[in-house]
Amino acid sequence: MMSGSTIIFYLLAAMTLISGLLAVTSRQIFRSAIYLLFSLVGMAGIYFWLNYEFVAAVQIVVYAGGIAVLIIFSVFLTHQSGEELPAPAGNRSLFSALAAISGFLLAIAQVYRHEFATSKEKPVDPTIAEIGSRMLGTGEGGFALPFEVASVLLLAAMIGCIVIAMRSKPETK
Amino acid sequence: MMEPGLYHILFVSMALFFIGIYGFLTRRNLITMLMSVELVLNSVCLNFIAFNKYLWSHKLDGLFFTVFIIAIAAAEAAVAIAIIINLYRSHKSINVETAEEMKG
Repeated sequence: MMSGSTIIFYLLAAMTLISGLLAVTSRQIFRSAIYLLFSLVGMAGIYFWLNYEFVAAVQIVVYAGGIAVLIIFSVFLTHQSGEELPAPAGNRSLFSALAAISGFLLAIAQVYRHEFATSKEKPVDPTIAEIGSRMLGTGEGGFALPFEVASVLLLAAMIGCIVIAMRSKPETK
Repeated sequence: MMEPGLYHILFVSMALFFIGIYGFLTRRNLITMLMSVELVLNSVCLNFIAFNKYLWSHKLDGLFFTVFIIAIAAAEAAVAIAIIINLYRSHKSINVETAEEMKG
Protein backbone atom coordinates (compact mmCIF):
# COMPACT_ATOMS: atom_id res chain seq x y z
CA MET A 1 0.00 0.00 0.00
CA MET A 2 1.46 3.32 -1.06
CA SER A 3 1.27 6.26 1.30
CA GLY A 4 -0.08 9.61 0.19
CA SER A 5 3.38 11.17 0.26
CA THR A 6 4.74 8.55 -2.14
CA ILE A 7 1.88 9.07 -4.58
CA ILE A 8 2.41 12.83 -4.46
CA PHE A 9 6.12 12.40 -5.18
CA TYR A 10 5.47 10.23 -8.23
CA LEU A 11 2.83 12.65 -9.51
CA LEU A 12 5.19 15.63 -9.14
CA ALA A 13 8.07 13.74 -10.77
CA ALA A 14 5.85 12.69 -13.68
CA MET A 15 4.57 16.24 -14.13
CA THR A 16 8.11 17.65 -14.11
CA LEU A 17 9.54 15.10 -16.54
CA ILE A 18 6.62 14.96 -18.98
CA SER A 19 6.24 18.71 -19.24
CA GLY A 20 10.02 19.06 -19.51
CA LEU A 21 10.03 16.59 -22.38
CA LEU A 22 7.16 18.39 -24.08
CA ALA A 23 8.97 21.71 -23.58
CA VAL A 24 11.95 20.55 -25.63
CA THR A 25 9.93 18.73 -28.32
CA SER A 26 6.87 20.93 -28.90
CA ARG A 27 6.83 22.57 -32.32
CA GLN A 28 4.93 25.64 -31.17
CA ILE A 29 7.28 27.90 -29.25
CA PHE A 30 4.56 29.43 -27.08
CA ARG A 31 3.32 26.01 -25.95
CA SER A 32 6.89 25.05 -25.28
CA ALA A 33 7.25 28.04 -22.93
CA ILE A 34 4.06 27.07 -21.09
CA TYR A 35 5.28 23.48 -20.69
CA LEU A 36 8.53 24.84 -19.29
CA LEU A 37 6.47 26.81 -16.77
CA PHE A 38 4.69 23.60 -15.69
CA SER A 39 8.01 21.81 -15.35
CA LEU A 40 9.38 24.58 -13.12
CA VAL A 41 6.25 24.51 -10.95
CA GLY A 42 6.54 20.73 -10.62
CA MET A 43 10.13 21.20 -9.50
CA ALA A 44 8.92 23.68 -6.85
CA GLY A 45 6.45 21.00 -5.76
CA ILE A 46 9.32 18.54 -5.29
CA TYR A 47 11.10 21.13 -3.12
CA PHE A 48 7.93 21.45 -1.04
CA TRP A 49 7.77 17.67 -0.80
CA LEU A 50 11.33 17.66 0.56
CA ASN A 51 10.35 20.27 3.21
CA TYR A 52 12.58 22.97 1.71
CA GLU A 53 9.89 25.62 1.69
CA PHE A 54 12.26 28.56 1.24
CA VAL A 55 13.83 27.14 -1.93
CA ALA A 56 10.39 26.22 -3.24
CA ALA A 57 9.19 29.79 -2.71
CA VAL A 58 12.33 31.18 -4.39
CA GLN A 59 11.82 28.76 -7.29
CA ILE A 60 8.22 29.89 -7.82
CA VAL A 61 9.03 33.60 -7.47
CA VAL A 62 12.19 33.69 -9.61
CA TYR A 63 11.60 30.92 -12.17
CA ALA A 64 7.84 30.67 -12.59
CA GLY A 65 7.24 34.35 -11.89
CA GLY A 66 10.34 35.90 -13.44
CA ILE A 67 12.17 33.82 -16.00
CA ALA A 68 9.09 32.13 -17.52
CA VAL A 69 7.35 35.48 -17.95
CA LEU A 70 10.55 36.95 -19.45
CA ILE A 71 10.75 34.06 -21.93
CA ILE A 72 7.07 34.41 -22.86
CA PHE A 73 7.56 38.14 -23.46
CA SER A 74 10.55 37.53 -25.68
CA VAL A 75 8.53 34.93 -27.62
CA PHE A 76 5.87 37.59 -28.18
CA LEU A 77 8.51 40.08 -29.33
CA THR A 78 10.25 37.78 -31.78
CA HIS A 79 7.61 35.41 -33.22
CA GLN A 80 4.43 35.62 -35.24
CA SER A 81 1.52 33.80 -33.61
CA GLY A 82 0.73 30.36 -35.01
CA GLU A 83 4.15 30.07 -36.62
CA GLU A 84 5.62 26.58 -36.24
CA LEU A 85 9.26 25.84 -35.62
CA PRO A 86 10.93 23.77 -38.31
CA ALA A 87 11.40 20.13 -37.39
CA PRO A 88 15.02 19.21 -36.63
CA ALA A 89 16.82 17.36 -39.38
CA GLY A 90 16.27 13.60 -39.06
CA ASN A 91 19.88 12.74 -38.36
CA ARG A 92 20.40 15.42 -35.77
CA SER A 93 17.30 14.43 -33.83
CA LEU A 94 18.28 10.76 -33.86
CA PHE A 95 21.88 11.32 -32.80
CA SER A 96 20.92 13.84 -30.11
CA ALA A 97 18.44 11.33 -28.67
CA LEU A 98 21.11 8.63 -28.77
CA ALA A 99 23.64 10.89 -27.01
CA ALA A 100 21.14 11.95 -24.35
CA ILE A 101 19.87 8.43 -23.67
CA SER A 102 23.31 6.86 -23.49
CA GLY A 103 24.54 9.67 -21.25
CA PHE A 104 21.54 9.18 -19.02
CA LEU A 105 22.04 5.42 -18.78
CA LEU A 106 25.75 5.83 -18.04
CA ALA A 107 25.14 8.40 -15.30
CA ILE A 108 22.27 6.54 -13.70
CA ALA A 109 24.21 3.26 -13.68
CA GLN A 110 27.07 5.01 -11.88
CA VAL A 111 24.66 6.56 -9.36
CA TYR A 112 22.92 3.27 -8.56
CA ARG A 113 26.22 1.46 -8.09
CA HIS A 114 27.50 4.07 -5.68
CA GLU A 115 26.88 3.72 -1.93
CA PHE A 116 26.33 7.16 -0.43
CA ALA A 117 27.53 7.70 3.12
CA THR A 118 24.95 9.60 5.15
CA SER A 119 25.95 11.98 7.92
CA LYS A 120 25.41 10.88 11.49
CA GLU A 121 25.31 14.38 12.95
CA LYS A 122 22.24 16.18 14.16
CA PRO A 123 20.28 17.58 11.20
CA VAL A 124 19.66 21.31 10.86
CA ASP A 125 16.13 22.44 10.11
CA PRO A 126 16.08 24.70 7.02
CA THR A 127 13.95 27.34 8.71
CA ILE A 128 13.86 30.91 7.44
CA ALA A 129 15.60 32.18 10.60
CA GLU A 130 18.43 29.68 10.18
CA ILE A 131 18.81 30.51 6.46
CA GLY A 132 18.78 34.24 7.18
CA SER A 133 21.44 34.10 9.88
CA ARG A 134 23.68 31.95 7.68
CA MET A 135 23.12 34.06 4.58
CA LEU A 136 24.57 37.12 6.32
CA GLY A 137 26.95 35.30 8.64
CA THR A 138 30.71 35.71 8.24
CA GLY A 139 31.83 32.78 10.41
CA GLU A 140 31.67 29.03 9.89
CA GLY A 141 28.93 28.15 7.39
CA GLY A 142 28.22 31.81 6.64
CA PHE A 143 27.61 33.09 3.11
CA ALA A 144 27.98 36.84 3.45
CA LEU A 145 30.70 37.17 0.77
CA PRO A 146 28.87 35.20 -1.99
CA PHE A 147 25.74 37.14 -1.09
CA GLU A 148 27.49 40.46 -1.72
CA VAL A 149 29.13 39.15 -4.89
CA ALA A 150 25.72 38.01 -6.16
CA SER A 151 24.29 41.47 -5.52
CA VAL A 152 27.11 43.07 -7.54
CA LEU A 153 26.54 40.48 -10.31
CA LEU A 154 22.84 41.29 -10.44
CA LEU A 155 23.60 45.02 -10.70
CA ALA A 156 26.11 44.38 -13.50
CA ALA A 157 23.60 42.15 -15.31
CA MET A 158 20.91 44.81 -15.01
CA ILE A 159 23.14 47.54 -16.47
CA GLY A 160 24.40 45.14 -19.14
CA CYS A 161 20.85 44.26 -20.21
CA ILE A 162 19.90 47.92 -20.55
CA VAL A 163 23.03 48.70 -22.58
CA ILE A 164 22.63 45.66 -24.87
CA ALA A 165 18.93 46.06 -25.55
CA MET A 166 19.08 49.87 -25.94
CA ARG A 167 18.36 51.05 -29.47
CA SER A 168 21.48 52.80 -30.68
CA LYS A 169 21.08 56.17 -32.39
CA PRO A 170 21.41 56.08 -36.20
CA GLU A 171 24.28 58.60 -36.37
CA THR A 172 26.43 56.73 -33.87
CA LYS A 173 25.97 53.43 -35.67
CA MET B 1 7.06 0.89 -5.96
CA MET B 2 8.87 1.83 -2.81
CA GLU B 3 9.21 4.87 -0.60
CA PRO B 4 10.99 7.62 -2.59
CA GLY B 5 14.48 8.42 -1.37
CA LEU B 6 17.73 9.88 -2.64
CA TYR B 7 17.95 7.57 -5.65
CA HIS B 8 14.49 8.48 -6.90
CA ILE B 9 15.25 12.18 -6.75
CA LEU B 10 18.60 11.62 -8.47
CA PHE B 11 16.75 9.70 -11.19
CA VAL B 12 14.38 12.62 -11.75
CA SER B 13 17.20 15.16 -11.83
CA MET B 14 19.34 13.07 -14.22
CA ALA B 15 16.37 12.55 -16.54
CA LEU B 16 15.64 16.27 -16.54
CA PHE B 17 19.31 17.07 -17.17
CA PHE B 18 19.46 14.87 -20.25
CA ILE B 19 16.09 16.14 -21.48
CA GLY B 20 17.68 19.58 -21.36
CA ILE B 21 20.76 18.30 -23.21
CA TYR B 22 18.54 16.74 -25.88
CA GLY B 23 16.67 20.01 -26.33
CA PHE B 24 19.90 21.98 -26.52
CA LEU B 25 21.25 19.67 -29.25
CA THR B 26 18.09 19.54 -31.40
CA ARG B 27 16.73 23.08 -31.18
CA ARG B 28 17.98 25.71 -33.59
CA ASN B 29 16.09 28.60 -32.07
CA LEU B 30 17.81 30.76 -29.45
CA ILE B 31 14.83 31.07 -27.10
CA THR B 32 14.17 27.32 -27.04
CA MET B 33 17.88 26.69 -26.46
CA LEU B 34 17.73 29.07 -23.51
CA MET B 35 14.75 27.09 -22.20
CA SER B 36 16.76 23.86 -22.40
CA VAL B 37 19.58 25.49 -20.44
CA GLU B 38 17.07 26.48 -17.77
CA LEU B 39 15.99 22.84 -17.49
CA VAL B 40 19.61 21.76 -17.02
CA LEU B 41 20.17 24.39 -14.31
CA ASN B 42 17.01 23.27 -12.56
CA SER B 43 18.09 19.66 -12.49
CA VAL B 44 21.41 20.70 -10.95
CA CYS B 45 19.54 22.64 -8.26
CA LEU B 46 17.45 19.57 -7.49
CA ASN B 47 20.63 17.52 -7.16
CA PHE B 48 22.10 19.96 -4.64
CA ILE B 49 18.90 19.97 -2.58
CA ALA B 50 18.64 16.17 -2.59
CA PHE B 51 22.25 15.73 -1.46
CA ASN B 52 21.78 18.36 1.23
CA LYS B 53 18.61 16.70 2.50
CA TYR B 54 19.76 13.09 2.52
CA LEU B 55 23.53 13.17 2.98
CA TRP B 56 24.63 16.41 4.65
CA SER B 57 21.56 17.39 6.62
CA HIS B 58 23.70 18.89 9.40
CA LYS B 59 24.74 21.68 7.01
CA LEU B 60 22.84 23.98 4.69
CA ASP B 61 25.50 24.37 2.00
CA GLY B 62 23.46 22.67 -0.75
CA LEU B 63 20.54 24.98 -0.07
CA PHE B 64 22.76 28.05 -0.41
CA PHE B 65 24.28 26.73 -3.62
CA THR B 66 20.76 26.34 -4.98
CA VAL B 67 19.76 29.85 -3.97
CA PHE B 68 22.87 31.32 -5.62
CA ILE B 69 22.39 29.20 -8.75
CA ILE B 70 18.84 30.53 -9.05
CA ALA B 71 20.05 34.13 -8.64
CA ILE B 72 22.76 33.69 -11.27
CA ALA B 73 20.36 31.88 -13.62
CA ALA B 74 18.01 34.86 -13.41
CA ALA B 75 20.84 37.24 -14.34
CA GLU B 76 21.96 34.93 -17.16
CA ALA B 77 18.44 34.64 -18.59
CA ALA B 78 17.98 38.40 -18.53
CA VAL B 79 21.28 39.06 -20.36
CA ALA B 80 20.58 36.26 -22.86
CA ILE B 81 17.15 37.64 -23.69
CA ALA B 82 18.59 41.14 -24.12
CA ILE B 83 21.11 39.69 -26.60
CA ILE B 84 18.37 37.70 -28.38
CA ILE B 85 16.19 40.79 -28.81
CA ASN B 86 19.14 42.77 -30.10
CA LEU B 87 19.95 39.97 -32.55
CA TYR B 88 16.34 39.87 -33.72
CA ARG B 89 16.52 43.60 -34.43
CA SER B 90 19.56 43.28 -36.65
CA HIS B 91 18.84 39.90 -38.33
CA LYS B 92 15.00 39.63 -38.19
CA SER B 93 15.45 36.05 -37.02
CA ILE B 94 16.71 34.28 -33.92
CA ASN B 95 17.78 31.09 -35.60
CA VAL B 96 21.36 30.27 -34.69
CA GLU B 97 22.27 29.60 -38.30
CA THR B 98 21.43 33.13 -39.41
CA ALA B 99 23.80 34.66 -36.86
CA GLU B 100 27.12 33.32 -37.98
CA GLU B 101 29.14 36.51 -38.34
CA MET B 102 30.57 38.13 -35.25
CA LYS B 103 30.31 41.75 -36.39
CA GLY B 104 27.69 44.40 -35.77
